[in-house]
Amino acid sequence: MTMLFHRFANPTRFLRLAAVIQPWMAGITLLLGAAGLYLGLVGSPGDYQQGQSVRIMYVHVPAAWMALFIYSSMAISAAVGLIWKHPLADLIAKSSAPIGACFTFLSLLTGSLWGKPMWGTWWVWDARLTSMLVLFFLYLGYMALVNAFDDPQRGIRASSILVLVGFINVPIIKFSVDWWNTLHQPASVFKMGGPSIDPSMLWPLMLMAVAFNTYYVWALLVRVRAEIIANRIRILRLKQVHG
Amino acid sequence: MASIAEFFGMGGYAGYIWPSYIVTVVLMVGLLVVSRRQLRSNEQTYKMLDAARSEENKDGTVEKKT
Repeated sequence: MTMLFHRFANPTRFLRLAAVIQPWMAGITLLLGAAGLYLGLVGSPGDYQQGQSVRIMYVHVPAAWMALFIYSSMAISAAVGLIWKHPLADLIAKSSAPIGACFTFLSLLTGSLWGKPMWGTWWVWDARLTSMLVLFFLYLGYMALVNAFDDPQRGIRASSILVLVGFINVPIIKFSVDWWNTLHQPASVFKMGGPSIDPSMLWPLMLMAVAFNTYYVWALLVRVRAEIIANRIRILRLKQVHG
Repeated sequence: MASIAEFFGMGGYAGYIWPSYIVTVVLMVGLLVVSRRQLRSNEQTYKMLDAARSEENKDGTVEKKT
């Protein structure tokens, strides 16, 4: 496993591998995304309590999962980058941040659009919503910090530490609905005893979740490729200056 | 026709459901487009710099590519 990791951790090999994986990720994203949108908007029933508004779930919940998943991947990459000084791990963390910020924003926005008709308010300062807002600011803080230094290496170091310290927020978000009283409903998919949600609703939810995941890999590959080439440009420019 | 209107009406929740889906799609597509554009522009810059370097090497003005 470690061997495999090292084999593909070489930037040149990574570029070759990315060229193979990327079209697959794009295809799966478009296919499952289209199926998920169809089932979510047309092929699934309304909820007996929430009516048609339950359809917001099919974008809200996968977006929130991605927000946490991407942050966790960034924390792992940041740790690998800090401990083993691995350049590719650093680039994965850096390239993930805007994608994660995007999903966090979407989960906040769609949550707000769902909360208004169901709870009667766009926003409450309760544990789940507030911790999710903190996650959004962690993403923004990371993006600001990683680009704040002339030496890219120092930016990566400082922002990696920020991500790792901020990771404390992830379990807080996950368990906020159990630890505190909140308007937000508790987990209904990842919980003891299996999901308590009808298959007609579970299907579009899972399709969208997988599509969001492959979208992340797709966008990540594009961004990491851009970063690798940016590094090569930096090296060429340095060579020009120093002859 | 009535069923189409019904579909877009979303049982009275159209104003909440459609913005959720539209913003999600627009943001995801937008991020991908921006990322791809960055990649293309980096690739072009790299090619230009690399070509300029090989040119210089041919003139012998700069030390040979290692």
